Amino acid sequence: MPAVSKGDGMRGLAVFISDIRNCKSKEAEIKRINKELANIRSKFKGDKALDGYSKKKYVCKLLFIFLLGHDIDFGHMEAVNLLSSNKYTEKQIGYLFISVLVNSNSELIRLINNAIKNDLSSRNPTFMCLALHCIANVGSREMAEAFASEIPRILVAGDTMDSVKQSAALCLLRLYKTSPDLVLMGEWTSRVVHLLNDQHMGVVTAAISLITCLSQKNPDEFKTCVSLAVSRLSRIVSSASTDLQDYTYYFVPAPWLSCKLLRLLQCYPPPEDGAVKGRLVECLETILNKAQEPPKSKKVQHSNAKNAILFEAISLIIHYDSEPNLLVRACNQLGQFLQHRETNLRYLALESMCTLASSEFSHEAVKTHIETVINALKTERDVSVRQRAADLLYAMCDRSNAKQIVAEMLSYLETADYSIREEMVLKVAILAEKYAVDYSWYVDTILNLIRIAGDYVSEEVWYRVIQIVINRDDVQGYAAKTVFEALQAPACHENMVKVGGYILGEFGNLIAGDPRSSPLVQFNLLHSKFHLCSVPTRALLLSAYIKFINLFPETKATIQEVLRCDSQIRNSDVELQQRAVEYLKLSSIASTDVLATVLEEMPPFPERESSILAKLKKKKGPGAVSVTELEDGKRESGELNGGGDRGQDAASTPSPSADLLGIRSSAPVSAAPASAGSLLVDVFSEAGPAAPSGAVNDDGFLRFVCKNNGVLFENQLLQIGIKSEYRQNLGRMYLFYGNKTSVQFASFTTTVNCPGELQSHILQSKPVEPLVEGGAQIQQVLNIECLTDFSDAPLLNIKFRYGGALQNLTLKLPVTINKFFQPTEMASQDFFQRWKQLSQPQQEAQKIFKANHGMDTEVIKAKLLGLGMALLDNVDPNPENYVCAGVIQTKSQQVGCLLRLEPNAQAQMYRLTLRCSKDSVSKRLCELLAQQF
Amino acid sequence: MMRFMLLFSRQGRLRLQKWFTAISEREKKKIIREMTTMVLARPPRTCNFLRWKDLKIVYKRYASLYFCLGVEDEENELLALEIIHRYVELLDKYFGNVCELDIIFNFEKAYFILDEFLMGGEIQETSKQIVNRAIESSDMLQEDDHSEWYDVELFG
Repeated sequence: MPAVSKGDGMRGLAVFISDIRNCKSKEAEIKRINKELANIRSKFKGDKALDGYSKKKYVCKLLFIFLLGHDIDFGHMEAVNLLSSNKYTEKQIGYLFISVLVNSNSELIRLINNAIKNDLSSRNPTFMCLALHCIANVGSREMAEAFASEIPRILVAGDTMDSVKQSAALCLLRLYKTSPDLVLMGEWTSRVVHLLNDQHMGVVTAAISLITCLSQKNPDEFKTCVSLAVSRLSRIVSSASTDLQDYTYYFVPAPWLSCKLLRLLQCYPPPEDGAVKGRLVECLETILNKAQEPPKSKKVQHSNAKNAILFEAISLIIHYDSEPNLLVRACNQLGQFLQHRETNLRYLALESMCTLASSEFSHEAVKTHIETVINALKTERDVSVRQRAADLLYAMCDRSNAKQIVAEMLSYLETADYSIREEMVLKVAILAEKYAVDYSWYVDTILNLIRIAGDYVSEEVWYRVIQIVINRDDVQGYAAKTVFEALQAPACHENMVKVGGYILGEFGNLIAGDPRSSPLVQFNLLHSKFHLCSVPTRALLLSAYIKFINLFPETKATIQEVLRCDSQIRNSDVELQQRAVEYLKLSSIASTDVLATVLEEMPPFPERESSILAKLKKKKGPGAVSVTELEDGKRESGELNGGGDRGQDAASTPSPSADLLGIRSSAPVSAAPASAGSLLVDVFSEAGPAAPSGAVNDDGFLRFVCKNNGVLFENQLLQIGIKSEYRQNLGRMYLFYGNKTSVQFASFTTTVNCPGELQSHILQSKPVEPLVEGGAQIQQVLNIECLTDFSDAPLLNIKFRYGGALQNLTLKLPVTINKFFQPTEMASQDFFQRWKQLSQPQQEAQKIFKANHGMDTEVIKAKLLGLGMALLDNVDPNPENYVCAGVIQTKSQQVGCLLRLEPNAQAQMYRLTLRCSKDSVSKRLCELLAQQF
Repeated sequence: MMRFMLLFSRQGRLRLQKWFTAISEREKKKIIREMTTMVLARPPRTCNFLRWKDLKIVYKRYASLYFCLGVEDEENELLALEIIHRYVELLDKYFGNVCELDIIFNFEKAYFILDEFLMGGEIQETSKQIVNRAIESSDMLQEDDHSEWYDVELFG
């Protein structure tokens, strides 16, 4: 028997473990365990009182058995007894048992809590730490109820030992995560923040995890931590490698603490205080510089620790997204790692660059590495690295390199690992659509996709190509020709047959002039694939055939014969049989006119979010879709297909069906919310359910400039409604969060941030309940005070868990300066007098813009009234014009505003002029209003 | 934060499991199975990181043992790797050239050492000296078994 343990060995335990290891079979092991269980049971039940040592030994054996994967249904009581032993070693085993076999056994939990209570008040630091560990390990609600108020006291008490402080901080963090409602901050907030200044590095390291978590939830209350964190970081970064003694890890000063400080800073925007910000930028520069220095040790631990700090610093730089110099430097540094000999670094560099690609400052810099990344995709031995390379190519893709990237991804697909093929297919399909300048390239790409990786082409992908071909008449002929050629291949994928059947059924006539693709040749080609296809494909082909009868009367006899044969008309599949019978009858009874009407070409599909994108989001899990596509969408929308030549706001048209005649009632394109936008590209501007926090969703924002109530946001999961009221410089906003699913949202938190110079003061009355049941709606009230005029809107960040996945969403709250208007009635004469008084050039803001909506008088009036000003009649000599007056009430001052709106119905244009006593207000109102009419 | 730490052998036998959040035994078994298959299937000299559901999996092999850490998305992979390394160093210091058998026969010690180092899925103390001292002093308590001793020393 090897390795006699140090401390006090439990010989019996070692013998038992040894026995188990010697068992030749699973059966033998179970037999030995049952024997031991019987033995322990009899000892526990025996008349003789067991001494502490034996009790400890048996409890430890039970623990071992449990950890082997067997159930344990007794011994808990003995373990609880050990807790109150005054022998450390027995107590320790007791706590270990309880921690591992957490079992909300309600009778025992009271006893356990009692023992913990005693140990917490024992003033013996080792006992206190054991007790705190147990609370953190179990972390149950009962424990939170019992100790949540006690632990903060221990944490900040002056006479608490450092080791106990560390345990208390992390124990509190654990309780806060499981039962945030029970952990009340308040009077100890500032003392906890000041733990960042503690002399003991271990205390700071433990406390910062707690502070980071609390800051994420209550950024305002903890914002003093920013300057403390910066100065602590600065001291560490500038220290020599030996200054911090044992907190130096392989010549790197305090890597864990440094990373945690950098992580904490990522909870906040860049520091407003210039000095603090300067110090921080200096730190970041030092970190970037140090990364370039020659290594102080050859050990991998040294480079790992050093680079961990570098990556964390880069994350912070990306988070701020405001220092172009640092961003570009970060990108260059990562560029070096792309070719590093350490696989780990290549992996992380690719991952980190993905986020850099979404910043407008560094997007171009990232793009310069395209060849290296393509090379990584081709040559990396490790599939997880290749996957990151594919992600990065996707993230760095834009109009300039789309063809190259798509081509590379396609060629990689031929040899790609099975595990990532489906995702690659989706990405290629999305990029091809998003950056398609000419649609023949798009069609080629998708057909290639089907050819290369047909099995991984999900329905969404081929539905989409059909939608696009249907909607764009300039590509239909090309598509028909291309699928016809693709179908010539002796073995072609069933997905190809589906696309081919659909497209030839619709547009086969466009290539029928060529004798090589005459109607009969087309039909024979399709029908040669028929017997190898699955039922749904055959059903689709039957529909294509009936379409052929309409398009090419000369094929009628041949096709009717096919429909009439037993294998169709008596097919055992009811769907196929029904189609065959109905189509046969239809073709024989109906006149050509009727046939032509019934089998008319499909109407254009309504535009909506690409179902492919929705699928990718779902596949990667919410939050995992890179920020780029959302932001890219904003950057790009309006370029391609900008005018929306065929894009209709067609939310009410019936959902498209992949089936020609719509016999199947399925609506294959997922029920993503219809975006009322132009063509293809616009789908990306819709921040879906997984909007990362970086992308702010302001879709709803502008709709609320002239109204106070309505739905601000809605996706598949969540609906957010708003009701608000304003009086003078005060406002109150009711937010209603509705869970549209049948599943509970957990850890539901909302935070309101006022970015930049925003002065409108938001006093959040109280946090929302952390759980939102399926189908339930919860309410939150925000009290708003306008201190001075402002332009930015407050941001509402919502986080919750749906299923296992964290959802993170940021919305602009529609609090705009005009909400604080008081209408002012005045006569024509007064109006013009004041108008002249406000004649300095900067007091006036003017915009001429095209009408976005109808120029209906009543609608315009309603909007102006909704704006909050008084609409003045008989002021303007031209009765077509609108004139308004009002005063904006802020706490610090009142701002008088006059407005004139001149419509030109003929040109469908407006001229909007604002004159206000404060120039920033004129400008802001003008911006807001120009998008309303 | 960290969600779990697993130690298993090349044959996929679990040697230590530490869970930092409350999850059901069934779920634990599922994770253990998935981790061992996933990690053991990795060819040598590939990178030490994997994505699994919403977690980052960081693993490293030391002799016959695999150390596997499941961390949340915001954690730094390289430091997670060093957490593993520091734990190995602590085990090594305590057992002196630690081997798999030490952990099998003294599993409770392996847990105690881990508890001094990590807590609630966060790092509690990074200093090797301090952790070692804490473990040594608790061993002294085991040998003497005079728990009052510490009390006297500190507050007497």
